[in-house]
Amino acid sequence: MAESPRPLVKVSGLARYFDVSAPWLNRVLDGQPRLILRAVDGLDFEISKGETLALVGESGCGKSTVARLVVGLYRPSTGSIVFDGVDMAGLGGRAEMAPIRRRLQMIFQDPYASLNPRWRVSAIVSEPIRAFRLIEGESKIVERVGQLLRQVGLSPVDGEKYPHEFSGGQRQRISIARALSSQPEFLVCDEPTSALDVSVQAQILNLMKDLQRQLGLTYLFISHNLAVVRHIADRVGVMYLGRLAEIGPKTTLFTLPRHPYTRMLLDTIPDLDMTGCKRTPVAGEVPNPINPPSGCAFHPRCPFANDRCKTERPEPKANETGSITACHAVEEGRPPAGPLPAAAA
Amino acid sequence: MAALLEVEHLRIEFPTRRGTLVAVDDVSFSIDEGEVLGVVGESGAGKSLTGTAIIGLLEPPGRVAAGEIRLMGRRIDDLPYEEIRKIRGKQIGAVFQDPLTSLNPLYSVGRQLIETIQTHTDLSPTQARTRALELLQEVGIPAAERRVDHYPHQFSGGMRQRVVIALALCVNPKLVIADEPTTALDVSIQAQIIALLKRLCRDHGTAIMLITHDMGVIAETADRVAVMYAGRIAEIGPVRSVIKEAKHPYSHGLMGSIPKINDTKERLDQIEGSMPRLTEIPPGCAFNPRCPHVFERCRVERPELLDAGATRASCWLYAHG
Repeated sequence: MAESPRPLVKVSGLARYFDVSAPWLNRVLDGQPRLILRAVDGLDFEISKGETLALVGESGCGKSTVARLVVGLYRPSTGSIVFDGVDMAGLGGRAEMAPIRRRLQMIFQDPYASLNPRWRVSAIVSEPIRAFRLIEGESKIVERVGQLLRQVGLSPVDGEKYPHEFSGGQRQRISIARALSSQPEFLVCDEPTSALDVSVQAQILNLMKDLQRQLGLTYLFISHNLAVVRHIADRVGVMYLGRLAEIGPKTTLFTLPRHPYTRMLLDTIPDLDMTGCKRTPVAGEVPNPINPPSGCAFHPRCPFANDRCKTERPEPKANETGSITACHAVEEGRPPAGPLPAAAA
Repeated sequence: MAALLEVEHLRIEFPTRRGTLVAVDDVSFSIDEGEVLGVVGESGAGKSLTGTAIIGLLEPPGRVAAGEIRLMGRRIDDLPYEEIRKIRGKQIGAVFQDPLTSLNPLYSVGRQLIETIQTHTDLSPTQARTRALELLQEVGIPAAERRVDHYPHQFSGGMRQRVVIALALCVNPKLVIADEPTTALDVSIQAQIIALLKRLCRDHGTAIMLITHDMGVIAETADRVAVMYAGRIAEIGPVRSVIKEAKHPYSHGLMGSIPKINDTKERLDQIEGSMPRLTEIPPGCAFNPRCPHVFERCRVERPELLDAGATRASCWLYAHG
């Protein structure tokens, strides 16, 4: 949007392809073609400072690949990621990346796999401080680690323990403390609460919101849980097979969803208020991203699809409601309001 | 209506070198014919163990240390291996979380179905194959005639779970134990599987014990729900009452901590702390260290399930007199 100041993160035309072909010899002998998996295929979004953008989608839609691209764990195949005015794809070596790396950190899904089991918590949390040489002097580092642990609701004495002594929720708190230790502005959270029980999930979500308010953090929040997203995000992007189906402010997206896929997702979530309520489960499954459907990737499951959807790929267009939708049917005003009709199998 | 399954004072123990761990302690409930009982709780609450004990698949050193499990009035927890094998599959079916590991990757799905059907009935191989085909069609597998000879890896996650459901239902069991049947699936597929389970059980009059941590799934599917905490039932009652007006402080906090799609409150309610480990279950009510309403009696005496309006809750707040 032109009226806002420069966004903290601006992603344009972002794509990442993976070569999943058989080995060269097999291809030559069996005459197999090259197979390219388009995990992320042309994505544009911006995140302003202090905002939370959530990306939702089903497994295989490329949301985790986006997270890894944004923090620089993958290099984009095409497109650019501009962080605070610097294009990350243009940066060459480690040395050039380092100042950017300090300012963005990642929180992973599985707190059992993302902490080194042989390190004490204090070593885990202080690693970014040491790596970026942010604080000189051992006693000051210890003091800072204690402060970070308190900030995430643990006690400074927990620094002496090892990760296995903590429960899943406490481990995720350690991950957050580690991410915060380099004083980042931008946190990429890849399903940070999916591995946790609901009561613990509530604790972590509340903690993340508190920290955002205190430290002015910006989040990119990846999740498959729409209720969690509704709770934490300011804006929401719905992904389907490597593309954004719809992106917009949270309230618009949840109250006036336009894209048939968004409407379908909202319709299918089991919700506490829906006791005994009849729903039309949606037919079909997410297609294989190696061989996606032609045109709009959603057309085989879409109740409003016509011939145009089968051949022409829809481009994102702004709606009058403030969201951006990539759908021919919405553009032409094909879908009626009200509940979705059941899709053909 | 007569209870189909009765579980009374069930206690499951794990003897270890450092003493005996009590994973499930004094759990009693019953399931009527055709009823869907949801069992919710956080990981480690003992919900899956209760399910595995009912089908007699408890792995040693775990053992049923006390209590009784009765199916249609007949005690099944102390049956010898061969006897329980006849019940498992024929009268109690099971659907587990991960559809890939509950199918044998080396056999086609048709062969697995036929094998199960022939184990429990005296149908001829051709009849069994016809039955397998019917089942695959019933659970909504497109082109069942072709798919019946496919192997599990050729199916997607949702389709595999449909096959597992077909397996569980192939000889019309009275009860299906569904342990997190939708947890490994995407939301749009989850809805399909829930709808399928509900439809099949209504058509066949099968009762389901639905074990899950997802309250949303329970809300849509179950008739009654049991909330488990630290190996005990905290509250049990009709699903609507438990969700809307939970009486036990734990189930109340649990409901508040679930983000809801139509709710825009700024902060979620949270229960401080976490569920105690099995080695550190406090005396009295297991929830007392986290409970906002705790009083003296909770710390010393363990509450039984007490009448609390529409539900039954194991909480001293509901002790009258």
